[in-house]
Amino acid sequence: MLAMNYRGPYRVRADRNKPMPVIEHSGDAIVRVTRSCICGSDLHLYHGMVPDTRIGTTFGHEFIGVVEEIGADVRNLKVGDNVLVPFNISCGKCVFCEQQLFGNCHESNPEATAVGGIFGYSHTAGGYDGGQAEYVRVPYADIGPMVIPDDLDHDDAVLLTDVVPTGYQAAEMGGIKPGDTVVIFGAGPIGIMAAKASWLFGAGRVIVIDHLEYRLEFVKNYAQCEAYNFRSLEDPVLFIKKTTDWIGADVCIDAVGCEAAGSALQTITGRKLMLQAGSATALHWAINSVKKGGVVSIVGVYGPTGNLVPIGNVVNKGITIRANQASVKRLLPRLIEHVRQGHIDPKAIVTHRVPLEEVGDAYHIFSAKLDNCIKTILIPPSANK
Amino acid sequence: MKKTQSDFSHIKGWGVDADPLDVPAYPMKKRTENDNKGMIWERPPQQPALTEILHSNERPSLPAVFGTPNPPTGLSGKIRRFAFKYSESSFAHWLPLLLADRINMFEGIAEDFQKGHVPDLVSEFGIKSELKYNPQGFARKVVTCLAIGALFVLLAKRKK
Repeated sequence: MLAMNYRGPYRVRADRNKPMPVIEHSGDAIVRVTRSCICGSDLHLYHGMVPDTRIGTTFGHEFIGVVEEIGADVRNLKVGDNVLVPFNISCGKCVFCEQQLFGNCHESNPEATAVGGIFGYSHTAGGYDGGQAEYVRVPYADIGPMVIPDDLDHDDAVLLTDVVPTGYQAAEMGGIKPGDTVVIFGAGPIGIMAAKASWLFGAGRVIVIDHLEYRLEFVKNYAQCEAYNFRSLEDPVLFIKKTTDWIGADVCIDAVGCEAAGSALQTITGRKLMLQAGSATALHWAINSVKKGGVVSIVGVYGPTGNLVPIGNVVNKGITIRANQASVKRLLPRLIEHVRQGHIDPKAIVTHRVPLEEVGDAYHIFSAKLDNCIKTILIPPSANK
Repeated sequence: MKKTQSDFSHIKGWGVDADPLDVPAYPMKKRTENDNKGMIWERPPQQPALTEILHSNERPSLPAVFGTPNPPTGLSGKIRRFAFKYSESSFAHWLPLLLADRINMFEGIAEDFQKGHVPDLVSEFGIKSELKYNPQGFARKVVTCLAIGALFVLLAKRKK
């Protein structure tokens, strides 16, 4: 079958000889992929920043498709169902799944206990192949996947597998109260969704900070928020203080993660020399921009080693930090309702639709921020079967 | 004064999730009777391990399911096995894994040639899209590379 194949940092190809996935567990399903996305966090893999990303891995944790085969114990799905597959692989039985922490399942990742299994996200997240392929193995098929409702557009559905829930949970973890000022660092797909979701929680003011003008322009229109380029602000922390009457934001959201721009020290030590687990500029700014007693919500992805952040300020300011991988299954019912009501329009962020055969160009366009790229959907040949 | 809007009628859905008792949601930790009792849940059936699966030493055994593609092989595999002797809290775990990834990249190139596959670097690096959407940037990179190359050649000649 055709599948994306990682060959090393900045090198991926469409491989026609990838073996077909097979049922390896009685709870598995094999899904024929009809759409998959490239996520901002896939770029951390693409750039070689996530340890234990093995050559030959197929990325892709945002995908939908059609059930082709099911294991002996699968009861909730049948062959032919159109399914939306959350990026978390979760058993539904462990103590963490019982608490609806589906991103923290203890029965899906042998290689690391800090994170549950994730499709196509290195061996550090379980060693599973992902959905940037014609077919994919989906473990615990009775737990994660959801049959796509007839009235849900499939472009909306594929964005509900990660980007919408992650942006929404970023706002949710902020504990936003009506009238709060929310500052979001990062105008990528997750930051855009976090801005949109902040209003649903009653934010009084939503500010997005980034350095890419086309993304700032997009988020300003899409999420009806304020948007500022940190390159023209000189010091974004000082700007936030000034614009909040010298108090600081009620809630700050880090929607960037380990490849943030904006600080030469962080970039050199985090991204170039890899002496820390990526560049923590956005988190640094978030901690310093939030008010005393405020909340910093982190959904940006960082590596497992450690980062330079002003932890002393966290203590001195009494900041609450909340963070997690999105618990997609928990959030889906509410989010589907928001899409139906028109509160969120996920597919409006899609800027590129690329055949899977051109995956090398698709990754480069997204990584290098070419052609005003915000969100890319890959279409495998199997989509038309 | 803090600049906060008062009319949000132009924002569809403003405040619909503002009731903290009606979010899906946070706080997420729903205490159950199984809290603090360890791994006592009824485990799903175990996937048979038909290939080598490395597992964190912070867990006693494999989870019920796991990914099987790309088992550890070659020199990179040896380094990965070494790394998994150390806990996730240790640099001795993560730094060797990063080293193994880089070695694995060269193993991948060697494997390609062994199979008679010459990597199409133009398509793998997405150079076509760079030429299409960023020709000036591409030209700059080429000139920079050529300049660096020329500098190395000059320095090498001087040493001789």
